Amino acid sequence: MSSATETVDRLAETAPPNGKTAVFPVDRPLATDGGRFIAPLTIAYETYGALDAARSNAILLCHALTGDQYAASTHPVTGKPGWWDALVGPGKPFDTDRYFLICSNVVGGCMGTTGPASVNPATGKPYGLDFPVVTIRDMVRAQAMLIDHLGIDSLFCVAGGSMGGMQVLQWAASYPERVFSAMPIATAAKHSAQNIAFHEVGRQAVMADPDWRAGRYLEQGVRPEKGLAVARMSAHITYLSEAALQRKFGRKLQDRSAPTFSFDADFQVENYLRHQGLAFVERFDANSYLFVTRACDYFDLAADYDGSLAGAFRGTKTRFCVVAFDSDWLYPTSDSRAIVHALNASGASVSFVEIESDKGHDAFLLHEPMFFATTRGFLRAAAQARGIGDETAEARA
Amino acid sequence: MTANGASNALRVGAERRDLAVIAGMVAPGSRVLDVGCGDGALLELLAREKRVDGRGVELSQQGVNQCVAKGLSVIQGDADADLADYPDDGFDYVILSQTLQATRRPREVMLHMLRIGRRAIVSFPNFGHWRVRAELLLLGRMPVTSNLAHRWHDTPNIHLCTIRDFVELVESIGARIERAAALDRSGAPIRVNAPWWVWNLMGEQAVFLLERSRPDRGG
Repeated sequence: MSSATETVDRLAETAPPNGKTAVFPVDRPLATDGGRFIAPLTIAYETYGALDAARSNAILLCHALTGDQYAASTHPVTGKPGWWDALVGPGKPFDTDRYFLICSNVVGGCMGTTGPASVNPATGKPYGLDFPVVTIRDMVRAQAMLIDHLGIDSLFCVAGGSMGGMQVLQWAASYPERVFSAMPIATAAKHSAQNIAFHEVGRQAVMADPDWRAGRYLEQGVRPEKGLAVARMSAHITYLSEAALQRKFGRKLQDRSAPTFSFDADFQVENYLRHQGLAFVERFDANSYLFVTRACDYFDLAADYDGSLAGAFRGTKTRFCVVAFDSDWLYPTSDSRAIVHALNASGASVSFVEIESDKGHDAFLLHEPMFFATTRGFLRAAAQARGIGDETAEARA
Repeated sequence: MTANGASNALRVGAERRDLAVIAGMVAPGSRVLDVGCGDGALLELLAREKRVDGRGVELSQQGVNQCVAKGLSVIQGDADADLADYPDDGFDYVILSQTLQATRRPREVMLHMLRIGRRAIVSFPNFGHWRVRAELLLLGRMPVTSNLAHRWHDTPNIHLCTIRDFVELVESIGARIERAAALDRSGAPIRVNAPWWVWNLMGEQAVFLLERSRPDRGG
């Protein structure tokens, strides 16, 4: 692991050295749901593929809680492939030969977009907890600013899983005329009590770490690594299923033939979780974790429409494909069904698929052939309806 | 979630001869909901031949996945549980092909269909067909035919009816029969002016186009 100081330096940087950024100056602030303004605002993003002449083939990919803009490119910190590398690329379901893909780091994030680790212009120090508490809608507002900046009027598709799926739903509700098709995956229209409860455990773990320093750890050259690692460990369990844990680890011991009668990581599952925690703190800012989990907790799309989720989609012309995974207990199929019911009630064009998988919530990031086939088929049909293939063919001719 | 969907009930050994007849009853360019749409064969046919704006409901994951991969708008659900979520008058036609006999409450399903759509198209295997009658009469066994390929203890077809039974149900819910067709073993329609009892005896399958009754329609 890199030294704390180096990591602090990196996290305090406002832009990744090799990425694309859009900077919105002080006179173009992001107004948050909480009544605050974020300015200047930097949005870090990546793109894949090429925008067609009609500017009609753009797809916005929305990342999950601890994801980032590196959907299909090597992560600059971990050196690992992008989180949706399996789905995004030439000939893949999100086909970069046909579509122009955009993925931006959410506001409040820590991979280049303005967040709690960014410098607060009012103080010259990192925002820390002075950063405005942002919502899913604020994240979407920031993305809309980026899409405007890129000169794109209407998105061919907005797609994402988990917290990314919440952004997809918010996009469809806030900007129906700008979203031709939408894929909310493994997500929910509101955070349940259980979801909030797990997030609170994570936040309390971070804040209980003495190195958190009331959120001012960056200035003091330390990081609440232990607390953030514990937060990640507990969250990671919710991303898996009991079946997957059992299959992968069971009660197998780690590099030993008998229990040590100590609190070492005797079990493989313990060792695995510790590794997940350690790997996470290398790439993620603890305060960002507080802010993005909070954004999810506040998400309740129906609340903005007098408690009627159908009201959020009234009159929509967007084509929806809702996807759930049957072993996902974090955002279970019933959450997706609630979305589908609301879309039906509003007369929307909606498909709904429940994919069989024992991989739990994380299935949306993994190789699931049925999910891939669904995505490919849905996008292909939507592209045909929008005439994307034709235009591409014309442009190339 | 079981892959043993209701709409697959008749797939084994039975070709879907009724699909072309159903398609013939649908006006071009209309909005159609196909309940129990299976692999989407009818929706595809309707999109291609009639340019309909089609939606589907299907119980089996396999069927839904096949549909979505074809670009059809289909949700996973079943006729008994999920039709209640659809708003009134959302569609021109609600189609239930070879699925009615597998629903728990056929009457409620029919009422929902005629609430959601102005018209409903229902196709079903006729339990009054002479082969069915003969098997019960002569062998004393529950009939197993090409159209009803399951044995009594593992069949999803829990509410079988005859053409006469169905007509009675239609009358009891106050719907109007706009068109009807009975198909013989080869899938050919039986001549239109044949009396009901001929249809009930010779028809292996029946297809009905129903319309919501109009209160203003005087005698």
